This record gives sequence, C-alpha cells and structure tokens, in this order.
Amino acid sequence: MSEYRLEMRGVCKSFPGVKALDHAQLRLRPGSVHALMGENGAGKSTLMKCMFGIYKMDEGEILYEGEKVSIGDPMEALKMGIAMVHQELQPIPARTVGENIFLGRYPMKKALGFIPIVDHKKMYEDTAALLKRVRMDFDPKQMLGELSVSQMQSVEIAKAVSANCKVLILDEPTSSLTQNEVEALFRIVEDLKAEGVSIVYISHKMDEILRISDEVTIMRDGQYVGTWDAKDLTTDTIITKMVGRELTNLYPVRENVPGEVVFEVEDFTSINPKSFRHASFTLRKGEILGVGGLVGAQRTELMEGLFGIRSHTTGTIKYKGKELKINRPKDAIDQGIAMLTEDRRATGILGVLSIADNISIASLKQYLDMGIFINDKKVEDLVQENVAKMNIKTPSSKTQIQSLSGGNQQKVLIGRWLANNPDVLILDEPTRGIDVGAKYEIYCIIADLAKQGKSIIMISSEMSELIGMSDRVMVMCDGRITGFIDGKDATQENIMELATQFE
Amino acid sequence: MDNKKSIPQRIWSYMKGNPIVVILTVVCIIVGFNVENFFSWGNFNNLASNTAVRFLIALGVSGCLITKGTDLSAGRQVGLAACLAGVLLQRGDYSGRMFPNMPEMNMAVVLLIVLVIGATIGIVNGLIIAKLNVPPFIATLGTQTIVYGIALVFTNAQPIGGFQKVYTQFVNGKVFSFGDFPGIPYLLIIAVAAGVFFWFMYNKTTHGKYMYAIGGNENAAEVSGVNTVKSKILIYMTAGIMYALAGYLLAGKSGGATSALGTGYELEAIAGCTIGGVSTTGGIGTVGGILVGVLVFELLKIVLQFLGVNPYYNYIVQGLVIVVAVALDIRKYVKKK
Repeated sequence: MSEYRLEMRGVCKSFPGVKALDHAQLRLRPGSVHALMGENGAGKSTLMKCMFGIYKMDEGEILYEGEKVSIGDPMEALKMGIAMVHQELQPIPARTVGENIFLGRYPMKKALGFIPIVDHKKMYEDTAALLKRVRMDFDPKQMLGELSVSQMQSVEIAKAVSANCKVLILDEPTSSLTQNEVEALFRIVEDLKAEGVSIVYISHKMDEILRISDEVTIMRDGQYVGTWDAKDLTTDTIITKMVGRELTNLYPVRENVPGEVVFEVEDFTSINPKSFRHASFTLRKGEILGVGGLVGAQRTELMEGLFGIRSHTTGTIKYKGKELKINRPKDAIDQGIAMLTEDRRATGILGVLSIADNISIASLKQYLDMGIFINDKKVEDLVQENVAKMNIKTPSSKTQIQSLSGGNQQKVLIGRWLANNPDVLILDEPTRGIDVGAKYEIYCIIADLAKQGKSIIMISSEMSELIGMSDRVMVMCDGRITGFIDGKDATQENIMELATQFE
Repeated sequence: MDNKKSIPQRIWSYMKGNPIVVILTVVCIIVGFNVENFFSWGNFNNLASNTAVRFLIALGVSGCLITKGTDLSAGRQVGLAACLAGVLLQRGDYSGRMFPNMPEMNMAVVLLIVLVIGATIGIVNGLIIAKLNVPPFIATLGTQTIVYGIALVFTNAQPIGGFQKVYTQFVNGKVFSFGDFPGIPYLLIIAVAAGVFFWFMYNKTTHGKYMYAIGGNENAAEVSGVNTVKSKILIYMTAGIMYALAGYLLAGKSGGATSALGTGYELEAIAGCTIGGVSTTGGIGTVGGILVGVLVFELLKIVLQFLGVNPYYNYIVQGLVIVVAVALDIRKYVKKK
C-alpha cells in the first residue's frame, strides 16, 4: 500500500495553441487537506478536470492507492471515490435537494412486486442523514433553487460524501461565500479530513490556505513548481513561488505619450452587492490602463457596467468633463466608447454571418446611400482596409467568421469597433485563447491605437501582458479597486499583493 | 473561391446541396410528359396564384424564424384579415350583408384598414416577445388563439360571401393577355413585388442586417449597439402586415371567407421557409430560398392532384417531405463540426 491515496505524474494536456499542462504532478495523502495554488491559467482547474475524467490527458498517469488507473469520464471517477465540487455549481434548481443528491442513482423499489419505481421514502431518509453529516439542517424536500449559494454548495458536498468519496476536489469553494458560511464550510472540511478523506483545495485566498491546508502544491504555466508543508510557508513565499518566472513574451516598443485626463469614473457601484462597488479612476488621452486581479475580482463586471451591459446604482462617468448617461451599450457607443468583450463566442462574434457583416454591424449607418440602402462597396472597402491593416487571414469577406482562427476573429472584432472611431476602447482579455504570433500582432495594434491618442483600458489576467503593455496598472480584488501601480514599477509581486487584499 | 467554378460545376454543387429540389424537378418533368394539361397556362396560373399567397405568408414569418423566433398566429391572422376584408367589401345589394346599413366601401381603403389591423396585431406580438420576454412559441400560441376568437366573435362563425365584383375581379385579374397566353395574374405581380421589397430589406438595409445579427448572436448584437427590442417589434409588425395582405387577397381569390380560413397556414409557411434553408438555429435565410421552399410545397400538391392521388394522402406526403428535407439540410451543418 502506497503512502499516497492518489498520485498524478507527468500530466500533459494541450489545447489548440496552448500547452495547459506540462508535466504537472500532484500527490495526495489520506486524511489531509492539500491546497493547489497558482496564478490564473496556471493549470489548476485543468489538472483537476483530468483527475475527474472531464479532460483526457495527452500524457501522464494516475495512481490510485498505488495502482495505475485510467479515468475516462466523471462517472468512473465517482465510482472510484473521487468527487468534485465545481467552481460553477450545476444543480437543477426546480428539483428537490434529495433528487439533486441522488440524480442518476435513485434508490429503487418494486411496486406490486415487479414494476421498478423510485423509492422516495428511502431517498429522503438518506438525504436527511447526509445533511446531518454535513451539519446542515434543512428540509430534503425543499427545492434546490430556494437555497442560498452556500447551502447549494453544502448539498454538492453532501452529494460527494454520499458517493463515499475518498478524494474530494473543492474548486474555489469560498469565492461566493460570506465569512460565516466559510466557517461552516471549514467545519465540514475538518470532519471529512478526520474521516480520512483526501481533500484538494483550490483557492486564491492566502489566509484560508494557510489556515486549513496541510500541504501546498504550487503550479506555474502548467508546470509543477513544488510541494511544501503549509506550516513552512508564508503569504510572501507563496506569491514568490507562484509568479517566479522570467518575462518570456515580447512586447512592441510603445511610443504613446499619455496626455490630459479625458475619462473619469467616480463611485461606480453595481446593483449586485457582491459585485463592483465605489469604483473611481481616471484615464488619460493616449494611455493604456491595465486592469489586473484574480478571477472573481469583478473587473469584467465593472467594465461591462461602464459600457451599459450591466446595471449600476450610483456613480458618474465623465468624458472631457461632460457627464455621460449610459444605460445600454448603444448609449456608450454613441458617446465614442467601444468594448471588446471577454467571451468572444457569447457576446462577440455573429458566428454564422460573414466577415463583412461582423465588421460593419456596429457602424452600419456610415455606409448608407440615400439614408436607406447599405452600399456594399463601402462595406467591402472597410473589410479590405482592415484585412490589410491588421493582416487578417480570410479567404474572402463573405466567409463565415466562425471558420476563422481565434486570433483572426479577434482582429475582425477590433475592426468592428475601430470603424466607429471611438475615443475610449475597453479591451477585456484581448489575447485570451490566441496563439503567440497573433498575440504580438494584437499588442502592436493596441500600442498603435494609444499612439494615435486613443485611451485604452485593458483587462488582462496574464501578468506579463499587464506589465509589458500598461502605462499604469489598476488592480481589483473582490469588487473593489485596491490600488494603482505605475507601469514602470509594476511587478508580479506588487500586483499580486494588491490582488489578494481581501477585506 | 466560388468564383473559380465553371457554370456546370456550380449547377452540380447546387444539385448536391438541394436534393429535394432536384427530385421534385425530375418528378415534374416525368408527370408533365405523361399527364395531359400539366404543362398548360391554366395549371401555371393555378400554381402561380397558390404560390403567391403562400409566399407572402412565408416572407412574413421568415423574419421571425431568422431571429430564432416563430409566429404561430400567422394562419389565424390571415383568417381574420380575410373575414374583415370580406365583411367590409360585401355588395350593397347582397341580402346576407353583415352590416346592411354600411355604405359600399372602396377596396383600397379596406386594404389599408386590414393592413393597419395586421400591423397592430404584429406589434402586440412583438411587444409580448421583446418587452415581456415571453418565448415566441408561447407568445404567438396565445395570440393565435385570441385572434381566432376575435374572428369567431366578429363573424359569429358565419361564412361571408357576396363580395363586390371589382374586388374579386381585381384579385383574380391578369395583365398582358394576348392570343393563347391568358396573361400574368396580379397575384404573381404582387408576390414578385413583395419578394423584391423583402430582398432589399434583408440585404440592403440596417434593419435587415440587424435582423441577421440578432439571429446570429443576440447578445453580441446588443453589445454592438443594436436596439434588439425595436428590431423585433418591427419584424413581427412586418409579419402581421404580410399576413393581412395575404388574407385580403385570399378572400377575394376564393370569393368567400370563413373564420376557419388560414388554419394551419403558419405551419406550411414555417415548413416552406425551413425547406428553403432558413435555419431554425437563427441567422440564416434568403428570400430566394424561401421562394424555392414554398414552390416545392405547392408543386408537390399539384403533382399529387394531377396524379389523381387521394387528397387525404397529401398530408402524409407533405409531412414526409418536411422531415426528409430538413434532415438532409441539417446534415450539411452536422458534417462540418
């Protein structure tokens, strides 16, 4: 018998254009809490998805209680005793707690001696026992949708426990919990640990990690950095190990000169109390303002709020001293603001439509003849101009945008916004999911726009990009702006420090 | 890349892409050479007028489908418009007049009234869908029932007849007749005009581009500054106008109307659009495709009629064509993934 409950060795996993895991490893002892740490994109979630059978590893092996196993899908993982509570919970709100817990493996009985039916009585009795075990005393017949997020999380944990799990993966379990709820969760974790369960705990919150974990494994760029006893670590040593790398990407030389302040945001607050609040910042003409922070820092939400995609309660936005009223994207666009959204598929591309339609959709009014008819020649000129300027690789302007690569799609979307000649450009993760070559081209485009005097806000979760491209870095944590760092002085350490300033 | 293909290559790729059209063309040619009068002006006239009215309804519903919606109230709206036009255009000396004391009305004025009412129903549909966010299937299922109810109340479920001659003659009229050629039906001209109008609207106006954008990705369209609420209301309004026009013409064509007129036309129109390549997942569809889809349906009916098939079989064949055509069409997209 091995001293480890589960071992992952030499795990590699590539996605188109990205090597997400590069010989990563992890060793879990029975009855211990193992924290898995790393920056955004370090490969923590990917590694866990490989363990849970959601992703197939390209290389590497998993040993379970000393024996080599292959885990093809989550069902196999569950049977083996591995359970995962996802970052985003996926419950069925309109069904009861009991049905959610026993989904897919309902206890059965025979009606009239031969008709198999679900044994509801047993199901709810078992559910009640399970809930008691995780110290939750709500009705098993309550609809899941009526519970709070933390209660739903307890249900997920109860579900994992009910499968008699030996390994439990908790992926950012406290990101949406209050302090009291976090304490309740920790009690459950302690109980499970005492029962001998191995727990993988993924979190960005240093104090939690140092408090609850026994061992810490740190990952960086998909690689294994090392494993340490939690008691030997401090917040500072963890940060240094997490970010300790050379800047490998190259950035273009920027010739932009930030001018006078043109864009001012004051006391901007979301209607959702957990989201952005009291955000105030300024933006200069020709400046690139980088926005850093961890997943869940509400950076996207703040920017989408400014652009009118999300609602706000208080706050003012001024452009050149004039107050702007923005309630929906159209208002922002009319005022010369553009926003390249984070999720290209969900809110960016019009997949089945052509390059020409995609590039012209936000500026169609410019190409009208007699105020009614769209002049196709003018649209074609726009496409050709952008294809030449940004080196977009496409067979023709009639090609469906969904058949292009991510980088080329992104260039088309940048072209869409530039067609409106905006003064302020908000770019949310402009290089996400784009290969290295195209990334550099996009950096050049951004640098050039700033040089032309456009003011740019760039959200990025890639540290090196943030440091390499920004005149100034604004850092957010948990809905608040926690500080600004001059581009010249920005380091991974000082950004990370601001990004982890939880209240 | 398409430009490099020679004409025969292009025909071949069209045939591969549209098997139903090819099969139907072959069937028509075989039937035409074996059954008398299939290739005749009379039959052409019949086909043209039938197709014309269905095409108008299909054009109306196409905008709803392209934006991932649907309009189940289409058929009932056609029926209501037909009843309304019929009642308002009854002859002054007709004994069964619904409003005996009403003066004879001008048919252009009545057309206008019918269209305005159609537009109003469409706007209501649009408001329910865009403002109240009721799924289009449910919203128009509701208005379908309401509109039918209004037609029943209005006509008291009695058939309406005794139309003014000038109305029925106009709707059934033809132009450019000489020698053996009986002329081109007005209905065909109206349908062609509507087709051209829709082609311009879909391809050359911001409204058309916004419609495709909403169908392609509603969130992205909204982020790009498209007023999706306004666009959707306009689309359902235009649809209502087209159903009203179709109802007005249909009553005049058949010389009578009942509240049951138009039953199931929405399903034929949706089927026609889908066979013509309007994607049920949104963002795709052309006026030419819609015409082909509707034509396939009407041709099929006439072929079956000429072959002397028991009319009850029509439904079975039509149903099969819908399923087969869409299954073949979907295959084109499934393979690409």
